[in-house]
Amino acid sequence: MSSLRRRKPINESSDSKHKAEEEDEDHDDVDADGDDDVNGKNKKTPSKIKKKRGEKPPKQPKWSCMDTCCWFIGCICITWWLLLFLYNAMPASFPQYVTEAITGPLPDPPGVKLKKEGLEAKHPVVFVPGIVTGGLELWEGRECAEGLFRKRLWGGTFGEVYKRPLCWVEHMSLDNETGLDPCGIRVRPVSGLVAADYFAPGYFVWAVLIANLARIGYEDKTMYMAAYDWRLSFQNTEVRDQTLSRIKSNIELLVATNGGRKVVVIPHSMGVLYFLHFMKWVEAPAPMGGGGGPDWCSKHIKAVVNIGGPFLGVPKAIAGLFSAEAKDIAVARALAPGFLDNDIFQFQTLQHVMRMSRTWDSTMSMIPRGGNTIWGGLDWSPEEGNSCAKKREKKNETQIADQAGSENAVCKAKSANYGRIISFGKDVAEAPSSDIERIDFRGAIKGHSAANTTCRDVWTEYHDMGFAGIKAVAEYKTYTADSLVDLLHFVAPKMMARGTAHFSYGVADNLDDPKYKHYKYWSNPLETRLPNAPDMEIYSLYGVGLPTERAYVYKLSPHAECSIPFKIDTSADDEDTCLRDGVYSVDGDETVPVLSAGFMCAKGWRGKTRFNPSGIRTYIREYNHLPPANLLEGRGTLSGAHVDIMGNFALIEDVIRIAAGASGEELGGDQVYSKIFNWSENINLQLDEEIPVHSSS
Amino acid sequence: MSFSRRRKGTDSSKSQNLRCNIVKEDEKNNLYESPRKESYNSKKWSCWDSCCWFIGFVCSVWWFLLLLYNTMPASIPQYVTEAITGPLTDPPGVKLRKEGLTVNHPVVFVPGIVTGGLELWEGHQCAEGLFRKRLWGGSFGELYKRPLCWAQHMSLDNETGLDPPGIRVRPVSGLVAADYFAAGYFVWAVLIANLAQIGYEEKTMYMAAYDWRLSFQNTEVRDQTLSRIKSNIELMVATNGGKKVVVIPHSMGVLYFLHFMKWVEAPPPMGGGGGSEWCAKHIKAVMNIGGPFLGVPKSVSGLFSVEARDIAIARTFAPGFLDKDVFGLQTFQHLMRMTRTWDSTMSMIPKGGETIWGGLDWSPEGSSFNCGAKTLRNNSINNTDQIPNINLANMKNVNYGRIISFGKDVAEAHSSKIKRVDLLDSMKADMLANLTNCDIWIEYHDIGDHRIKAVADYKVYTAGSILDLLHFVSPKLMARGGAHFSYGIADNLDDPKYQHYKYWSNPLETKLPDAPDMEIYSMYGVGIPTERAYVYKVTTATDCSIPFQIDTSVEGGSEDSCLKGGVFSADGDETVPVLSAGLMAAKGWRGKTRFNPSGIPTYIREYSHAPPANLLEGRGTQSGAHVDIMGNFALIEDIIRVAAGATGKELGGDHVYSDIFKWAERINLQL
Repeated sequence: MSSLRRRKPINESSDSKHKAEEEDEDHDDVDADGDDDVNGKNKKTPSKIKKKRGEKPPKQPKWSCMDTCCWFIGCICITWWLLLFLYNAMPASFPQYVTEAITGPLPDPPGVKLKKEGLEAKHPVVFVPGIVTGGLELWEGRECAEGLFRKRLWGGTFGEVYKRPLCWVEHMSLDNETGLDPCGIRVRPVSGLVAADYFAPGYFVWAVLIANLARIGYEDKTMYMAAYDWRLSFQNTEVRDQTLSRIKSNIELLVATNGGRKVVVIPHSMGVLYFLHFMKWVEAPAPMGGGGGPDWCSKHIKAVVNIGGPFLGVPKAIAGLFSAEAKDIAVARALAPGFLDNDIFQFQTLQHVMRMSRTWDSTMSMIPRGGNTIWGGLDWSPEEGNSCAKKREKKNETQIADQAGSENAVCKAKSANYGRIISFGKDVAEAPSSDIERIDFRGAIKGHSAANTTCRDVWTEYHDMGFAGIKAVAEYKTYTADSLVDLLHFVAPKMMARGTAHFSYGVADNLDDPKYKHYKYWSNPLETRLPNAPDMEIYSLYGVGLPTERAYVYKLSPHAECSIPFKIDTSADDEDTCLRDGVYSVDGDETVPVLSAGFMCAKGWRGKTRFNPSGIRTYIREYNHLPPANLLEGRGTLSGAHVDIMGNFALIEDVIRIAAGASGEELGGDQVYSKIFNWSENINLQLDEEIPVHSSS
Repeated sequence: MSFSRRRKGTDSSKSQNLRCNIVKEDEKNNLYESPRKESYNSKKWSCWDSCCWFIGFVCSVWWFLLLLYNTMPASIPQYVTEAITGPLTDPPGVKLRKEGLTVNHPVVFVPGIVTGGLELWEGHQCAEGLFRKRLWGGSFGELYKRPLCWAQHMSLDNETGLDPPGIRVRPVSGLVAADYFAAGYFVWAVLIANLAQIGYEEKTMYMAAYDWRLSFQNTEVRDQTLSRIKSNIELMVATNGGKKVVVIPHSMGVLYFLHFMKWVEAPPPMGGGGGSEWCAKHIKAVMNIGGPFLGVPKSVSGLFSVEARDIAIARTFAPGFLDKDVFGLQTFQHLMRMTRTWDSTMSMIPKGGETIWGGLDWSPEGSSFNCGAKTLRNNSINNTDQIPNINLANMKNVNYGRIISFGKDVAEAHSSKIKRVDLLDSMKADMLANLTNCDIWIEYHDIGDHRIKAVADYKVYTAGSILDLLHFVSPKLMARGGAHFSYGIADNLDDPKYQHYKYWSNPLETKLPDAPDMEIYSMYGVGIPTERAYVYKVTTATDCSIPFQIDTSVEGGSEDSCLKGGVFSADGDETVPVLSAGLMAAKGWRGKTRFNPSGIPTYIREYSHAPPANLLEGRGTQSGAHVDIMGNFALIEDIIRVAAGATGKELGGDHVYSDIFKWAERINLQL
């Protein structure tokens, strides 16, 4: 029987009578010509006919629900396999054809383009991944993590987060006293390029850059991923894993095996701070440092190409530490108020996340540095007059036109007070400073602990604080960058005690003070000098054109037991002042504000300053954010977002040119879209070396 | 006719008239056949539906099982195993941790040939989308999808032995390079896991991955791999408080590390310039696992005709499949062409010539190895039967020395009875190579029929003449190999020529470094028949095929012979014969010899092979096979103890099952 025929009954309606007739006819036909055809296919037909026609047709075979289900699944499976087969048989270049047909010819990826220009691998490159993007794997764990040996806990599929969340949190946490491994648990960074090429399957971090570098001849021996455990404080990576020594040795090896060519270092995100720390460490004398001697950097490093570096910290870190929420979580909370707050399934998700992330010392490396000098005080901020996204700008103008000049004063007053990084209540955030009544929280007694033993398993320091303490925090109303550090000391003393042993957030008065030889200052560009390497170049590459968190409006949450008492007030909105969902935004790459990424290169290190005594040349390269034109482009080749910028063609081209030997001048010097230079001018930071030093030199 | 009719039927409306006539006939038929078909239900389901239903059903069941499997607690398989086989022994890591052992010396793994992963960094058009994907190791998915492309990318340039233009295939780095060869097939993973139990982690373990296709010196030339290993060992010693490393090479890695030890102490341009004390300062022990110190006969058959026993047997089962060019693939020729571009394969040609491997009428192993316990019994019976006829028994001895024989009779005949036509004479014979247009390059096509005949006429090849043979059949290959490897025995090690790197991986032509505190272990499995000599035949020479094949029809007659399927076996670990793995540690380096001037202590640790008791055990915890031994608990325990600081004496010194010491005595090597 031909298969065509056979399908008929399916295609036809389920009207059985109709079908029966038709089938009969079909079978008649077949049997007629198959007199001697005794093959199996025909066997069942006659009996069918007989039954249907002669006797009373018995019950139609039942398509029970089960059968239908099976049939349906079978159909889907077959189609799926067929498609899969087609997909696999498809030539690899097919998607490209489709994309080109839709969007027009694609530009060559920068690697291909520059290869045509004749560029070749020259300087070895070192990648320094940022926080979160590096993979971590388990080397020793508790009972519950059986079978996960050398499997990724962080990065990859995150499968274990869903399967055994509590176990996962336990293993990802560090000891909250020492900031090192808890007893019996060893989680270690993945090494090699695989450590951070993809964060999760399909979500590239370094992979695109690596692929493009490979085009002009780079390979494993000329690329090195300086993977480190990003949960630890920088100095602790050396203490526990000897990571800094490892990086030093590998850079030396790269230089030695490549004919003495210096390396180009490409740190991303927190890696920027890590590498600052490294440069100080490597030249510091032995027990605390690497003992490389004062000219190690100038001998081994050609350029440091910082991508999206939070040199001066990010306000997002505050929200993370203060209430374990960033804009994303705050918005999620507004959309589904019950979901995160009520302890569904007793998960206490946020508390667990908070407990975990608070054991990570590295998060404290990104608390805003430089205090009010950099980030602005109660009534001023360097970004003053910043306007939000363009659409809103237009609205602003019409408003102003409507209300004529008379309301000008109001408009001015309404410009966002970015300096107030945390305010309690929208009114406080907007009021002039003289109107705010603040009660100093620093002396406040925390009151007796409101924590009951029930909260034990979810450790956050809020439970040691008591209600009075929480109230005192809210009474102080607004916090600038200076008082934020105090605030964090107040709400999380243990954590900050750990943090201040490893990081510092001030501005140095006198860099010759011997205290600055301590490692805790090494990652703060405002408290260290750059190495003595006049031939080195420092680049700051970052995206602009995306609203980036800069200040927050908070509220006290109804104090339920075991929950975090502060929350971003997502109801606070103000179109004029870039306030949305309780978050004030400014220009940046969605994570790092322009100010933090650009200031050091724009002003702090520009020319010979006290932070840059040898006059290392600095260049700012900004990349204006353009969202991907369509879905086929994936995360876009023109993106300026913090991580997606790693796939930005213009940035990759710059990086490749530098790696192939170009200097900053040859790249075209600065390339600026934002107002970073204007804003830098607003900042009053002493840059000249103190007079006695001048005279001596 | 019926076909056309059926077709018509599909457009039912038109052909109704026609059909009416047939209906009656049909009914007759029905009546006729109906008794047989009572049992059939009148299903409305067509075959298509049934298919769908069936697949759906299978899928559902599969998913259901998968769900169950995933929700199953991880410890169930262990419970089941324990219920069947009784309580499992603790893995050595756990056991030794209980004894209180902790991390001490950092360890360095040196993987062998084939086991290390290779990934693509630059390729031709056909390899699009494979950037940084593994070509070798992992799932080998691409091998099936685009075999020719794969072979092209895995090959090296056959002149230089380096990358062909436009192709860069590089070794994977890090522990992942060789922890698993393919999914689920462990190599180093078990050892790594056990070391981790006593506290090892990435900073104290280093996988010295290298491109195993290249000759050893070329890994430095192209990738600076040797410099990399040196730098990493120095780093590990520095970051671990000056504790020396324990090096664990496996298989060809053993030779590679021999090369490294010479390289690192040699002065710069050719060497690493580490100074003459580098090894003494940085290495505590070298624990060679299954090391082919003196080469393996398998590599000869590999180079000569791309077949080892496994392939030869497959060929007898399905004679047509591999020989005829099914699908025009010419599998073998491609394989041969590819493997012949790999210089490293030549590092394992038997070294030491007849002195070590035996001549026409003698071999160090003599008849002392019994192929399997069963044959042992047979043998003794045979012997008692034939006591007077010693001569005959002797004649029946396996002539392992004849590594390649043409024909079984030749393999067993006494040397005086074999007529050999000198190879060198025939080399000068006509060069009438018929240049067939084979798109597959192997040197056999340059040889011509006469030379092939000459090869067969020489009849028997010993370890000495094997080299001539290979030079004869593939001069280009051996010219490349000769620049990187040497297979002789040094007369005078002080000869300045031995400073050249090509001697560094031959233990018979180099001195061990001056490091009296170092220890050298030779650890290998025994008790598995291992290829030692071959019986060949000339195939009916078709164009573009390999003219020689192992003669799989040759069987040893009685069970006491170690000849099976054209292959003579000796004791070993299935790949490396005991002789090769053990001789240096048993004799060549034992005490102060000219090869070991500083008297580095050597230890032999043999592990008797016991196949896994049941399927649940996987590849077994007592295996002695070449790669499976990496999961042998006894071996792992030894390694962990040494890594944790024990010396060879504390381990218990030598641990021997085979007759290696007896055999070593028969070898007349100047020490």
